[in-house]
Amino acid sequence: MVKKGRIVSFFVIVVILAGLIAATAKPLIHNIKLGLDLQGGFEVLYQVSPINKGDKVTSDTLHDAVSAINRRINTLGVSEPNVTIEGKNHIRVQLAGVKDQKKARELLSTTAKLSFRDVDNKKMLDGSDLKPGSAKVGFDQTNQPMITMQLKDADKFAKVTKTIAAKGDPDNKLVIWLDWHKGLTYNDEITKSKPDPEFISAPAVQKEIDSKDVQITGNFSIDEANNLRDLLNAGALPVNMKEIYSNSVGAQFGQDAMKDTLTAGAIGIAAIFLFMLLFYRFGGFIAVVSLCVYLWLVIAVFVGLEAVLTLPGIAALILGVGMAVDANIITLERIKDELRSGKSVLSAYRAGNKRSFGTILDANLTTLIAAAVMFIYGNSSVKGFAVMLIVSIVITFITSVFGSRLFLSLWVKSRALDKKPGVFGVKKGDIDEL
Amino acid sequence: MSFKTMDYMKLRRFFFTLSSILVILGIVSLFVFKMNLGIDFSSGTRVDIRADHSISINKVSQVMEDLGYTPERPTLSGNNNNFASVNLNEVLTKEQVNTLQNKVQDEFGIKPSVSTVDPTVGRELAKNAFWAVLISSLFIIIYVTIRFEFLQGLTAILALLHDAFFIITVFSLLHIEINIVFIAAVLTIIGYSINDTIVTFDRIRENMKRHKKIRSFDELKEIVNKSIQQTIVRSINTVLTVLLPVIALLIFGSPSIRTFTIAMFIGLIAGTYSSIFIASPLWAVLKYRHIEKQNKKKKVQPQQS
Repeated sequence: MVKKGRIVSFFVIVVILAGLIAATAKPLIHNIKLGLDLQGGFEVLYQVSPINKGDKVTSDTLHDAVSAINRRINTLGVSEPNVTIEGKNHIRVQLAGVKDQKKARELLSTTAKLSFRDVDNKKMLDGSDLKPGSAKVGFDQTNQPMITMQLKDADKFAKVTKTIAAKGDPDNKLVIWLDWHKGLTYNDEITKSKPDPEFISAPAVQKEIDSKDVQITGNFSIDEANNLRDLLNAGALPVNMKEIYSNSVGAQFGQDAMKDTLTAGAIGIAAIFLFMLLFYRFGGFIAVVSLCVYLWLVIAVFVGLEAVLTLPGIAALILGVGMAVDANIITLERIKDELRSGKSVLSAYRAGNKRSFGTILDANLTTLIAAAVMFIYGNSSVKGFAVMLIVSIVITFITSVFGSRLFLSLWVKSRALDKKPGVFGVKKGDIDEL
Repeated sequence: MSFKTMDYMKLRRFFFTLSSILVILGIVSLFVFKMNLGIDFSSGTRVDIRADHSISINKVSQVMEDLGYTPERPTLSGNNNNFASVNLNEVLTKEQVNTLQNKVQDEFGIKPSVSTVDPTVGRELAKNAFWAVLISSLFIIIYVTIRFEFLQGLTAILALLHDAFFIITVFSLLHIEINIVFIAAVLTIIGYSINDTIVTFDRIRENMKRHKKIRSFDELKEIVNKSIQQTIVRSINTVLTVLLPVIALLIFGSPSIRTFTIAMFIGLIAGTYSSIFIASPLWAVLKYRHIEKQNKKKKVQPQQS
């Protein structure tokens, strides 16, 4: 007397799940955030130090720096910028999928400290004298791009220009620097007759200028002028940043790495499925069904958490399948044991489930401990691995314990498997006579 | 003789000796060959090159020399030798990285992956890795002590340190470069190895409950043997199913994660070996000593009173 209803409900559940997976697979996969090792891009870890010696880097200055960096990145149009503070004096910037890495890196690294100096490099004015956000791109008489800005205080500018004008030709230059640092001198830069001196421009000042408006003309292209405007409006960084770690991945390089690894993963997972089917027969088939649900759930949760998929993350996903199989194997081996000891299929199923639960719990919790520690202590790529591992352990538990059990119970309780230990891969001869 | 009938306790001296030899070998190797630490733990620049055709080490070295760098340890990998990595001692600036990427793209067709590590970061990564291993070991020993008993926690940790050390030994002997992902592999193996050991311990715990009292070492030996025999198929099948994707990754996966997969491969085998042949037999030896000590105490006490 086989209860067909339960078998029908098994197939109904499988069909519903298959439909759900098929319908959501595409949008899910499109929504996976790829790490820079999979789509190209770059990552830089900056060590932050105060601009003026003796100052301290506080959490406020770090946050200001992060906002300034974010404002700059916004001008780049990167879809998923990630700027995080690490420890007391580190800022990590991750730009996955950024097209022009060179430009992005330059934009990030400059502190964008504007200063106006005399020919002896004495500071006359700096960024703090300018009205924030007032930089605009304009064109001079010869249609050359230039930057116009407004000063906070016209009197100060008048005073400065008066001093400079008094120096007389050829020393009456107001040298405009971006990121001047010790060691840079106007005389060096001008005598080397470089095609591209370090300062932006050095206009000669003939007379006192009583105005709030400043114009910076240089040999800008329109792009350079736009960049400079963006930098000036985004504001100078309140700190100095030094690159201490960087990782730059070419787009094609990343895509190829992903393709290879996914291919390998597909082969590996197919091999697992085959193994389970051959060794555990019907039990293996149930395990394969729940493993498919497992894979789908892991990806769904991963997308839901807005976690970033990295190369080690894919490895964790694939390994996770192996570990999820383990929970199935523990249960199926238990059921086989019970069958061999002469129990009926139904009672073997019950005893096997009961006894394997504690084992699976202990085994998964210890792995979870290792994964959690990795998450806390890992850097970005290891973190991606740890997140995937944690997600997969939790989902393993849900699908292997509850999913496989539900599926198997429908069959066992339908009594269709009664007196058929062979469907679990147990030979009749191995069964102890009671 | 099959796995299901093997006398694991009888073989314990052989495997204890084997593992001791492996550990000594590892220590010697660490002193003689040292670890091949990648730039992640020191400083410098690593360039991973993928080409659209097979390439040679000479060509890679040549390109680096043309740029004015001394190539360190250039290695080839990939199924068609179309993947190379090379280290440079200099920490390249962003301009240098850019020039290098463009030059490599011109020569090999695909923009390479370049990472630079400043000495300060390298030290920090190594420090974090050390703490990660230590802290996870500590938490695991606490968990196992609560769920099982202290002696099992202790032997489980010995087994997993044995596995982690075995991975390090192989990497040192073969002089494979280690990077930060290697740490992730070692930590995963720690989690996996403990998982494997616990499944056997769990069965021992269950079988011990049926025996009220252990009177002789033979009795304990029998319980441990039976427990291993009962869980061996699961242990082997599990490691096989995890090994399948690892092998697939080794053969078909991106060479960028090769260090990781090699470490996983070695660790999985070591983990299964140690949980079968080391952890449970070692626990039996320690446990019996403990029982004997307690028995003596009990015998001594009534005479005193």
